[in-house]
Amino acid sequence: MNFFRRLTALVKKEFLQIIRDNSSILIGAVLPIILILLIGYGISLDVKKVPVAVVFEDFSPTAQRTLNFLNGSEYYAPQFVTSMNDAKILFHERKVDAILVVPPNFSAELLRNNAKLQLILYGGDSATATAIQGYFEGSIRQINLQNSRAGYVSIESRMWFNDINSSTWYFIPGILMLIMTIVGVFLTALVMAREWERGTLESIFVTPVNILEILLSKMIPYFCIAMIGFFLCLIAAKFLYEIPMHGSFLIILLASILYLFVSLGIGLVLSAITKSQFLAAQISLIVSFMPALMLTGFIFDLRCVPDFISTIGHILPPTYYLELLKSLFLAGNNWNLIFKNCAILILYAVFFVGLALKVTRKRVE
Amino acid sequence: MLIRKEFLSTVKDPRTRAILIAPVIVQSMLFGHAATFNLEKVPYALLDLNRSETSTNFIAKLEGGGVFQRVKNLGNSNEIAAAIDSGEALMVITIAQNFESEILQSRAGKIQVITDGRNTMTASVASGYLGRIVDEFNGAGKISLDVIAWFNENLITRWNFLPGLMGLLSLIQVMLLAGLSVAREREQGTFDQLLVTPLSPFQILIGKAVIPVVIGIFQATLVFLICRNVFEIPFNGSLPPLYLTLLIFTLSCTGIGLSISAISSSMQQVMVYCFVLILPMVLLSGFATPVANMPEFLQILTYADPLRFALDSLRRIYLEGCTISDVAFNFVPMLTVAAITLPVAAYLFRNNIE
Amino acid sequence: MSEKIISAENLTKKFKNLTALDAINFEVEKGNLTAIIGPDGAGKTTLMRLIAGLMTPTSGNLKVLGKNILGNEQEIQSKISYLPQKFGLYEDLSIEENMTLYADLHGVEKNLRRERFSHLLEMTGLTPFTKRLAGKLSGGMKQKLGLACTLVRSPEILLLDEPTVGVDPLSRRELWEIVKQLVAEENLSVVVNTAYMDEAELCEKVFVMNHGKILKFGTPAEITAVAENRCYRIKTPPNMPTRILQSILMDDKENVIDSVPEGNFVRFIGAANCSADFFNKKLNLPVEKISERLEDGFMILLHDDEKNKNPAVANLKKLSLNEKYFISDEIDIEVKNLLKKFGDFTAVDKTSFEVHRGEVFGLLGPNGAGKTTTFRMLCGLLPLTDGFLSVAGVNLRTARTEARVNIGYVAQKFSLYGNLTVEENLNFFGGAYGLSGKILSNRIAEVLQEFHLDGHEKDAAGDLPGGYKQRLSMAAALLHNPKILFLDEPTSGIDPLARRDFWRQITDLSVKGTTIIITTHFMEEAEYCDRMMIQDKGKLLILGTPQEIRKNFGGENSTMNEIFIKIVENSRGGA
Repeated sequence: MNFFRRLTALVKKEFLQIIRDNSSILIGAVLPIILILLIGYGISLDVKKVPVAVVFEDFSPTAQRTLNFLNGSEYYAPQFVTSMNDAKILFHERKVDAILVVPPNFSAELLRNNAKLQLILYGGDSATATAIQGYFEGSIRQINLQNSRAGYVSIESRMWFNDINSSTWYFIPGILMLIMTIVGVFLTALVMAREWERGTLESIFVTPVNILEILLSKMIPYFCIAMIGFFLCLIAAKFLYEIPMHGSFLIILLASILYLFVSLGIGLVLSAITKSQFLAAQISLIVSFMPALMLTGFIFDLRCVPDFISTIGHILPPTYYLELLKSLFLAGNNWNLIFKNCAILILYAVFFVGLALKVTRKRVE
Repeated sequence: MLIRKEFLSTVKDPRTRAILIAPVIVQSMLFGHAATFNLEKVPYALLDLNRSETSTNFIAKLEGGGVFQRVKNLGNSNEIAAAIDSGEALMVITIAQNFESEILQSRAGKIQVITDGRNTMTASVASGYLGRIVDEFNGAGKISLDVIAWFNENLITRWNFLPGLMGLLSLIQVMLLAGLSVAREREQGTFDQLLVTPLSPFQILIGKAVIPVVIGIFQATLVFLICRNVFEIPFNGSLPPLYLTLLIFTLSCTGIGLSISAISSSMQQVMVYCFVLILPMVLLSGFATPVANMPEFLQILTYADPLRFALDSLRRIYLEGCTISDVAFNFVPMLTVAAITLPVAAYLFRNNIE
Repeated sequence: MSEKIISAENLTKKFKNLTALDAINFEVEKGNLTAIIGPDGAGKTTLMRLIAGLMTPTSGNLKVLGKNILGNEQEIQSKISYLPQKFGLYEDLSIEENMTLYADLHGVEKNLRRERFSHLLEMTGLTPFTKRLAGKLSGGMKQKLGLACTLVRSPEILLLDEPTVGVDPLSRRELWEIVKQLVAEENLSVVVNTAYMDEAELCEKVFVMNHGKILKFGTPAEITAVAENRCYRIKTPPNMPTRILQSILMDDKENVIDSVPEGNFVRFIGAANCSADFFNKKLNLPVEKISERLEDGFMILLHDDEKNKNPAVANLKKLSLNEKYFISDEIDIEVKNLLKKFGDFTAVDKTSFEVHRGEVFGLLGPNGAGKTTTFRMLCGLLPLTDGFLSVAGVNLRTARTEARVNIGYVAQKFSLYGNLTVEENLNFFGGAYGLSGKILSNRIAEVLQEFHLDGHEKDAAGDLPGGYKQRLSMAAALLHNPKILFLDEPTSGIDPLARRDFWRQITDLSVKGTTIIITTHFMEEAEYCDRMMIQDKGKLLILGTPQEIRKNFGGENSTMNEIFIKIVENSRGGA
C-alpha cells in the first residue's frame, strides 16, 4: 500500500508541474493540433491542376483538337503560348511546372502515325514531375488507344485502402507515430534530465522511494500527455478528414500504448545516461525523432529503398508501430501483422523499460 | 575575441564536437539513401488467369526491367486481399481470362491492377512504371511523348532531397545552438559576467551569432560534399551564390534562435520552443511536399519561414545553376526575418533580466 | 555508553585521481548533534553522501543504524533524512505541495500530518506563505522549506550538508533553533557540515577534517583548548584601518598563525613558541592576552596540517606600521534616492550613499533585503526606476557602457566558462575589456602570479577546486585594473583559510587605490570594511564604520552577528 501512496504522491507532483509549466502542454496538445492541421490542410503530395505551358508550333486545327484533353480537366491548367521563348520564361519563373511542345510537323506526322509531342518537366521537384509525367502519359495513352486498330493491353487500375487517393490519410498514422515519439522520448528525457540537473533527485533518493516508483511516476503522466495528443489527432482525423478506421479501435489503442512504453523507456534510458538536458534533447532528436521521420516508411516506403536502409529501418521500433497503424486504419484487422508487430513492440518495451530500470540508480556519482 | 571564446567553448567538449559532426554525416548518408520515390523495386503478386503465350510474353516484358519483382503467384482472386493486406506485395496484377483472345481480336486485353494505397506516393509511382511498360508492350501509337526533365534528367528524388537536407540539418542545428547559447549562459550565471563588460549588446549579438552561422554553414558543407562525392549529384551552380544563400539563411535562423533564447528563462523552455517551431517550419518549407500544393493562407504563412526560401534557392543553385540575381528574390523574406529577430534579440538581452 | 548510530572503519572513497576520504574511522552517538568542519575538498560532502547511501565506498566499512550501508541502502534511506547542499525543491510547486509530497513519500499518516505541518510551518515562519511557489522564495526561506521537507516525519538520523550557505544571520539563527528544538523534543541525531564556527560551537561533538582525514574529534571545548594561551589582541593605532594591521600580522607567517579584525582591535594567534612579550617588542604596540575560541583551535589544527603549503596570494604590496594609510576624499560612487520597483513591489526604496576611492564598502542585509538589486543596479545589470546613480564619475542612466569600463565584477556563484581553460578565460575577459596583444599577455602573466594560478593555465576552469575558482574569478575581474571592484558574496561556501587569503588580497587592492563594494553573509567579515550599510526590505537601516555601528548598538563586546540581528529586529519590530 505504501507503494501506491508514494507513487500517487509522485504522480500528483508531476501533474502539478505539468500544469504550471507550459512546455508539456505545448508539446502534448498544441504541437499535435498544429501538425494535424498543417498536414491535413497544407501538406499534400497530390498534384492537381498542373500549370503547363503549351507551345503550339503547329497551328492546325488537328493539333488543337488533339490537345483538347487539356481543357476542362481537373489535372491540367494550361497556358497557351506561341513561342518556346515565352514558355521558357514562364518555366524559369516557376509559373509553370512543365512545357508541352507541339512541333510544326505534328499534324502531318499524325497522318503517318508518327506524331511526337515533347514534354519538358522541371526536375527540381522530381516528385511533382513524376506525377505530371504520369498524367500526360495517361492522357496520350487514351488518345492512342481510341484510335488503335490492333489488339492492345489495357490497364484497369484500382487503389485499395485509399479510394480517394489522398495523401492526408496516408500521413495521419505517421503523425500519430511522431507525436508518440516526441512525447515519449524527447519530452520525457528532458524532464527527467532536468531532475538530475537540478538536484531534486538527490533529495528524493533519501526517502523510502524506490527506482521503480520514480520511473513509474514519470511514465504515467507523460503517458497521459501522449494519450491526449493521440486522441486529439484521432478526433481530428476522424471528423476533419474522415479517415476510415477499418481495423479495431481497441487494437489501435493497444498498439499505441505498447509503442508509448517503448518510447518512454527510450526517453528514460537517455536521461539516465546523459543526466543533462542539452545532451538528452540532442540525442533524442538524433536517435529517435529524425530516424522516425525518415527511416520508418513515414515518407519513404521501406519496400522500395536499398536493402541496408530497409534493414536499419526494421531495427527501429516506430517502423513496426507505423506499419501496424497504417494497416489498421486503412486496411483492417490483419491478425498476422497485428500479432507479429505487437509481439515485437512488447519485446522492445520490455527491453527499454528494463534497461531504464537497470541504468537509473540511486547514486549521485 | 568574443567569437573566439564562443568558438572555443562550443568545440572544446569532445562530446559536443562529436554531436556537431558525426550525426550530420550519418544522417545525410542514411536519409540520402532512404530518400527515394524512385522505386528500385516493386514487389508484386501475379494472378495470371489467362496463362497464354501472350500473357507469358507480357510478364516477361514486365519483369525484364528488373524493377517489378514477383513475390507471389496467386491461384485465385480470393488470395488478392491477403497479398496486399500483409504488405508483402505493393501491387497485384491480374491478367484477365480472355486476355489473349481479346488482343488477337484487336480488342483490349485487360489486366487489372490493385495497388496498396497505404502509401499513396509509392502506389502512384509504381502505376506510372507499369503504364510505361504497357505502352512499350503495345508498341508505338499514333502519338508518342518525348519526355525530357531539365536539371534532373531521371527525376531522381535524391537530387532534390539532398540539397534540401543542407538547409534542414543546418536549420535544426543553428536554432538549437543559437537558442541554447544565451539560455545556457543565463543558467550558469556567466551572462551577467558578460553584461558587466563594456561590450555593447550589438557586440554580444555578433559574438553569439557568428558561431551558429559558422557551424550551420560547416554542416551544410558536409552535406554538400556528401551530395557531390557520395551521391554524385552534379553541381551545376557555383559556390558564391550557394554560400551567400547559406549565410543569409543561417543568419535568419540564428535571429529566431536568439530571440527564443532571450525570452526563455531555462534551457528546457528553449528546446521545447525550438521544437514546436521547427516542425511546422519544416512542413511549411516545401521540404517534403511542394509549397504550391498548399492552400493560399498557408502559402502566405510560409513567407515567415526562412527554410522555404533557402530550400528553393539551394535546389535552384545546385541543380539549375542559378546565379545570385536569379535567386535574389528569395533573399528578401529571409533578410526581413533576420532584420527583425536579430535586433529584437539584442534588445532583449539587456532588458529581459528580471 | 550510548548507542552508536554511525560507525566507520577505514572508510575510503576514491574518485578518478583523487582520494576524497582516506581510511577514516569514527563513530557517532545517538541523540548527539555532531558537526563536521573543514576546508573545501576535505571530503565532508562525500562523507554525507556515503552515509546517505548515495555513493559506494571504495573500501572500508560503514555502518548506519547498525546495518552495513552496502546492500541496505533502501532500508537506511527510509529511516534517515538528508538535506543536500542545494536542496532539490520543486520550484513550480508551492510550499504546501512540496511538503505534502515528502509527507506522502515518507508515509506520514494524514491525522499526524496536520499537526506536524503546522508545527514545522510555525517554526520556520513559513505559515503565511503556504501557497507561494518554492521558486519565488528567498534563499533563506528555501533553505528552511528544505529543512521542513526533510523533517515531515521524525527521522532516526538527520544529515545536513552545509544548510546555511548563503543564508543571512537571522535565518541562520532561526534554522538552528528549529534543529535544536527537534533534538530536544525528539531525541534526534544530527550530523551537520558547516563552515560557520558559531554553528559548530552549538554541537556536542565536532570533527575537524582536512584532505580526507579526520584531524581531531572531540567536544567544541576540547578543540578550542588546542589554542589555549596562544590568543592575543592589539588595539589598532589611530588613522589606520584595522585590516592593515591585521594584514601586517597575517604576513608574519613565521610567528602568527591567524589574525582577524575585530572592531578597533586585531585578534591573532601566535606560533607555539611566541609569547605576548615577544609581540609587544616586535610591534611596539600593547598586546593583550585573550581567551581562545573554537575557530582558533580549528585554525591551528589546519595550520599544522598544511605547514608546507605556499600562501595563495603573492605580489602583495609590502605593508608597514610606519606608513600612513587613509582613504581619499574623492567620491567614486554616488547614489541619490535610488529607487527600483518590480511592478508594485518596491525592491529598493529611495536609498542614498556615497563610496570613496580606495574604500572597502560592505553591503549587508538579510535575504531579500534588496542588497542584490542595489548591487545589480550599481553594476549596470539592472536599469533603475528612479534616482541618480554615478559610478566612477559616469552617470549610469545615460552611459551604462562607459561606466562598465571602470568596474570589475565577481558574481555570487562561479560564473566563468567552465569548459574553457584558465588562460582562455583570462584571454577572453581581457579582450572583452579591450586589452590585447602584449599588454594583455603581460597582464595575464601578472594576475596569474598574483593569484597563484601559475601552473594551472591549461586546466579547465570548471575542474578547479573551489578556492582556485574564486581566485580565478577575481583575477578575471581585475585584468583591466578597474577602479571599482564589485564582489557579490564572494566568500559564500569558501572555507576560513581561503577567506583569509581572499581578504588579504582585498586589503592589498584597497591600498593600491581600488574601491571595493562587497556583500557577505559572514558578519565577522564586515569588520574588514571601512564602512558598511545594512538594508532590509528595500530600506537603508544604517550606514557607518563598524566601530560606530558597534558603539551605537550593543557595545564593545558584542559580535557583529549579534549587532546585525539586533539592528534588523529593531527595525522590523518598529515597523
